[in-house]
Amino acid sequence: MSGHYSILITSLGIISCALCVYLTIKANILDNEMLPLYFFPRLLQYTLWLIKEILISNIETAKVILFKTEDPELFTIKSSQASNEGKVTYANSITLTPGTVTTQINENVFEVHALTKSFGDDVRSSQMDKMVSWLEKGK
Amino acid sequence: MIDSIINYSSIASLILGILFILIGSIGILRLPDVFSRIHASGMIDTAGTAFIILGMCLQSGISLITAKLIFIGIFIFFTSPITGHVTANLARKKGLKPISNNKGETL
Repeated sequence: MSGHYSILITSLGIISCALCVYLTIKANILDNEMLPLYFFPRLLQYTLWLIKEILISNIETAKVILFKTEDPELFTIKSSQASNEGKVTYANSITLTPGTVTTQINENVFEVHALTKSFGDDVRSSQMDKMVSWLEKGK
Repeated sequence: MIDSIINYSSIASLILGILFILIGSIGILRLPDVFSRIHASGMIDTAGTAFIILGMCLQSGISLITAKLIFIGIFIFFTSPITGHVTANLARKKGLKPISNNKGETL
């Protein structure tokens, strides 16, 4: 990424990557936490949808901040994802859209803090839940 | 012609990013409690950085710098919700009560 592609520097990079992998295997800190490859076929469409949602809720949050109409609420919802990766994606997506933050997670119950009632209704309508479940199913 | 279109859209995108960061900063100062302030900081993390990175990408054209900027954007996109969640979770665990009619219970 530095714009230098001489053989020495490239090979040093490859060697240090290999050494890192060797050391992690040797130190036994590899676990079953890995990159969920089965997300990839639908990832692009999901990302575009998420960016659209983020833009909309950004404008809503800006309005709330400028016109002082905040009305915070705290509530729990259930998630329908089967895998841990799906739950993490769902919780991160909730936190990534401004106006809603996941505060606690236990099994498949999430506690969400919303800036106003309408943000809360958006989460409770579970459209995002369905989208993440659809993403999780892969192709 | 195309040059000036790219230039103006990059300036517009930078101004939009600055506006979102300004509103987010006002929100951090003005909102009543930790949980509400996280929403304002989430706004800076998503729209603010996204628009500023988009503006800088348009300025630099197709080059190595654009690739680096996109990587920075992706990493911020993945890490900012984690910081938000950790802050909120710690505040809940330490017993901070949010300003709302439902005070919540420990899950």
